[in-house]
Amino acid sequence: MAIENSGFLTSRLDEAIGWARKYSIFQYPFVTACCGMEYMATACSHYDVDRFGAGLPRFSPRQADVLFVVGTISHKMAPVMKRIYDQMAEPKWVVSFGVCTCTGGFYDNYATVMGIDTIIPVDVYIPGCPPRPEYVLDGLLKLQAKITEQHAIGQRPVPELRPAMQKPEFEP
Amino acid sequence: METRDMLLNVGPAHPAMHGIIRIVTRLEGEQIVDIDVEIGYLHRGFEKMAETVDYNGVMPYTDRLNYVSPLINNMGYCMAVEKLLGMSVPDRCHYIRVIMSEISRISDHLTCVGASAMELGAFTVFLYMIKAREYLWDLVEMVTGARLTVTYCRVGGVKGDLPAGFEEACAKAFKETRLVLKESDTLLTRNRIFVDRMSGTGKISAEDAMSYGITGPFLRGCGVAYDVRKDCPYSVYDRLEFDVPVGTRGDNLDRYMVRMEEMEQSMRIVEQALREIPDGPVLASPDTGKPMAAAEMVDRAKVGNIGSIADRVAVTDPTLDGSARPLHVHIAADEKRVFLPPKEDTYGNIEGLMQHFKLVMYGHGIRPPKGEVYFPVEGANGELGFYVVSDGSSSAYRVRVRPPCFAIMSALPKLLVGDMIADLTPTFGSVNMIGGELDR
Amino acid sequence: MNAATLIQAVSDRFPAAVTGSHSFRGDATVIVARESLLEIARSLKEDAAFQMNFLMDLTAVDFSSFGTKPSRGFFSSSGVGVHPSSEIPAHDPWPGPPADARFAVVYHFFSLALKHRLRVEVLLQQDDPALDSVTSLWAGADWLEREVWDMFGIRFRGHPNLKRILMYDEFVGHPLRKDYPVNRRQPLIGPVN
Repeated sequence: MAIENSGFLTSRLDEAIGWARKYSIFQYPFVTACCGMEYMATACSHYDVDRFGAGLPRFSPRQADVLFVVGTISHKMAPVMKRIYDQMAEPKWVVSFGVCTCTGGFYDNYATVMGIDTIIPVDVYIPGCPPRPEYVLDGLLKLQAKITEQHAIGQRPVPELRPAMQKPEFEP
Repeated sequence: METRDMLLNVGPAHPAMHGIIRIVTRLEGEQIVDIDVEIGYLHRGFEKMAETVDYNGVMPYTDRLNYVSPLINNMGYCMAVEKLLGMSVPDRCHYIRVIMSEISRISDHLTCVGASAMELGAFTVFLYMIKAREYLWDLVEMVTGARLTVTYCRVGGVKGDLPAGFEEACAKAFKETRLVLKESDTLLTRNRIFVDRMSGTGKISAEDAMSYGITGPFLRGCGVAYDVRKDCPYSVYDRLEFDVPVGTRGDNLDRYMVRMEEMEQSMRIVEQALREIPDGPVLASPDTGKPMAAAEMVDRAKVGNIGSIADRVAVTDPTLDGSARPLHVHIAADEKRVFLPPKEDTYGNIEGLMQHFKLVMYGHGIRPPKGEVYFPVEGANGELGFYVVSDGSSSAYRVRVRPPCFAIMSALPKLLVGDMIADLTPTFGSVNMIGGELDR
Repeated sequence: MNAATLIQAVSDRFPAAVTGSHSFRGDATVIVARESLLEIARSLKEDAAFQMNFLMDLTAVDFSSFGTKPSRGFFSSSGVGVHPSSEIPAHDPWPGPPADARFAVVYHFFSLALKHRLRVEVLLQQDDPALDSVTSLWAGADWLEREVWDMFGIRFRGHPNLKRILMYDEFVGHPLRKDYPVNRRQPLIGPVN
């Protein structure tokens, strides 16, 4: 699987596949909350994401390869998200859009998952509340770089276990 | 021949749902016989978080309630706490809040109409409306610094004054918006497909709507002219002249027409407000306004050299644009214990420093008298009410948001039973369900 | 009717049921006994003097930790003195939290024809938080009462479908009660963190 060991032709083929994959991202926009508005803004005319090849959302997980998790995931929604992720076929990547999906945001309470990477592996994190469209495009470019070098069975990040978040109580 | 009902589960992750909601429909062929709506997938605990932070700290949480029109939520919460305190803000501040609220309302209606048009296949209209929304968001960013989650209002005022050049930028943005509205109107209002899908579907009678507690464009589409800005006016709405569009039949097409007309009325309100707004001092330019770096001001104040800094304007971070001392009297109520002092006073004299500390330190801050108030404003979906209970300490005891789309969503069975499954899409689009507001 | 006449009219109509009233900041409020809530609600809706056709909001407050938050301010008296506003009605003092009741269920009514608002509060004890449902009068009460059940654990007798609405069914506890810690998570999948 390592590129160094393959011959000239196979590595060129891998590069070509990587190039084709990165410019034909079929995204599954798993939109929940406010970040969805910035997602819409990125997808529309002003900050067009179609020029990067990622302009066609596919609303069936079987047909998509990048899962954009956009907006806060509550504990009620988490099983649904995991199910969608499991239904996607390899190769698949996950983009965590907005700080609520990266680490939970400022909703440190009974209802929110403090970071979706505790449940599914995440490839690119785009923090921001909500992130400006320029940040989203930057994240998309990072994703494209990852797709090119990673190939189908690249290194998959492992879901993290985070220590409990404690709010320090001020003691004078 | 035997027929059986089919249970079709729509959602929670579904492209035609604006946000996450689960609708379990029982179908007989194509007709909807029964509906069960399950919400709560975006419950983020707004009311519990509001009890853990202080009064101004709730502001970012209110932005994310109805996240397409955040300034209306900000304004509603601020006015509720100001009512609890029993104080009022300067006139210019009222006008600024009204202007920003109406711009927010226009962007909400643009998103709603655009998204529901997209779901009926009119993708171009969606792109045009989001283009207009971008112009409005540029305006919002010019004033507040952020496009979507602005946190602009504070208890007792707003964060900063309108920048120079706002009126020209606003006129330009509205010209673009009016063009977009005219184009969308041409594309949709007499479009056979659009009208066939929208008219006659999602009907509800006025009595049923009132029984469910529905307000806003939804109720006005049924023929009831209830608008909080006209019937229980707050802020400076009683001095502004605008019409309230009302529909007749209570179906989706009427609601679409009401929203389109409301956008025009909102632009009218903003233009009037910009003409009538009391003058504020023009923000002194760096060449003439005696600017001074904030650090230098601090240094001089520390050695007691107050005379040389008394008439200076501190040059601070761009995020504090619009809150210089000459502007402060217009954007904030003159209350030492509620609103932060201008930076010239914080850095320049001991009273300002103390005022800043007493408002910012943990356990201090705004402490309203014990009591409870309810304050309704006209949100983009209807009556948005804030019920705030205070126990005299620095954070609220209970903050309750009366969400307008909660009432509309509870009426969804009434709206849809009897229609076809394909009518779910336009009806749900015209409900304008915003998950942040519905589930909080 | 303005706040004072509204309170007077309700108290005259139901002298035994109304246990308290005030109009802090101009919001007419009456506190009623729980047995007579349905009767009062029906009268508010149907009577020509009131015509409260909108049930705007139905919520609850848990008073169990009222005033217990330590105030660390130096001269930490409650209530900040501000210049009174001409737009907000003169200060009618708030009577304070209920003496021995834990919960207060708060109804906000609005009349479109007469343009007046009324707040009705019903006090409930900790050991028996149950109340009659008003779904027979206003259809919107259905979901509002489900939310109060979900967040506070207050039962509504006669409600057609009292189950959780915002939280999932496996959730144990009622989050908005003051004894539920804000970040106690009960995840369905994933780690507890």
